Amino acid sequence: MIRALAILSLCALSACSDMSEQPKQRSYSPLVGPAPTPTGVVTFLYREPTPPPLTLALVERGQQRFRIFCTPCHSELGNGQGMIVQRGFPEPPSYMSARLLKAPTRHFVDVIAQGHGAMYSYAARVPPADRWAIAAYIRALQKSQNASAEDLAAARAEAAP
Amino acid sequence: MGSVFRPAANFWASLTLLMMALAVAAFSLSVWLWPHSDDARRVNWAPAQPVPFSHQHHVSGLGIDCRYCHASVEVSSNAGMPPTYACMSCHSQIWTNAALLEPVRNSLKDDRPLVWRRVTDVPDYVYFDHSIHIAKGVGCSSCHGDVASMALTYKAKSLTMQFCLDCHRDPGPRLRPKDKIYDTSWTRDATTPAPELLLAAYGVPQRNLTDCSICHR
Repeated sequence: MIRALAILSLCALSACSDMSEQPKQRSYSPLVGPAPTPTGVVTFLYREPTPPPLTLALVERGQQRFRIFCTPCHSELGNGQGMIVQRGFPEPPSYMSARLLKAPTRHFVDVIAQGHGAMYSYAARVPPADRWAIAAYIRALQKSQNASAEDLAAARAEAAP
Repeated sequence: MGSVFRPAANFWASLTLLMMALAVAAFSLSVWLWPHSDDARRVNWAPAQPVPFSHQHHVSGLGIDCRYCHASVEVSSNAGMPPTYACMSCHSQIWTNAALLEPVRNSLKDDRPLVWRRVTDVPDYVYFDHSIHIAKGVGCSSCHGDVASMALTYKAKSLTMQFCLDCHRDPGPRLRPKDKIYDTSWTRDATTPAPELLLAAYGVPQRNLTDCSICHR
């Protein structure tokens, strides 16, 4: 009897793993497929987005995000000559084009969210707050390429105490 | 009647016993040490992937930031594997006929995710969080190696508990300035701020980094 118990418990123990594999659903486990849309889905309540206040922190955040997500095609200057364009991607318009200089800031936010032409949507990778930050930085880029010495003098006078 | 064993048998018997003891010792030692070896931990292992994706080409060659694809690394426990849609934001226009990219195009067409084989893994009882490591100045390459130079992604570090604890016991020397976190070829040099300064700047608590519940639940 005791011998049988000992053999049984040995068998049971040998089935123990080190717990490094645990059957639970985690991100990217192969079981996860495209989720079916549940029935009774209602339309998302749309609200007109409000632009965040323009601060230095916002523009700096925009610069950082711009360099991650936009420079591959739009280049650091925003002239549409990024590395991927040099490798054959259709050339995007320069931010310094007359159309984009006149476009409302909201236009850039919408293009990031929805894509435009050959550009895919970046909604999944750039959350709404960052879209406004990037748009603010694009405005700064536009300004930097069309600035004159007088603008700089005015800004210096403003910054001076 | 002569003796059954000659005097030399004493020697052979002792030797045999000694060898058996040695064999048992060697076997136990190898069973003990094997899981800690680089071979067992699959260091330098590059599993076959559905598409032979090259970080070297995309990161070093084209200058794409890690976060372009692994976009949730700063805000989530999971660094984020790019969906097929992210691949196709460029490959809808370039290399559109490449046979290598057939699985990517099929994935988008059929709405089925590409199943990449995990290269860098920790056991399921380890609750690793990318965002906190990034926020506190640990760079990608500390655990992933010099990914920007990998033609095929391979596992660069052992990722044993010892590996984690080496850093959790003494994080200072492994921390780096904020602008170097995504530079996978970074190494500490003369211009790097002192470990104490970095620890203070990031506000790394040194009190409880080796508590069990920091990584396990």
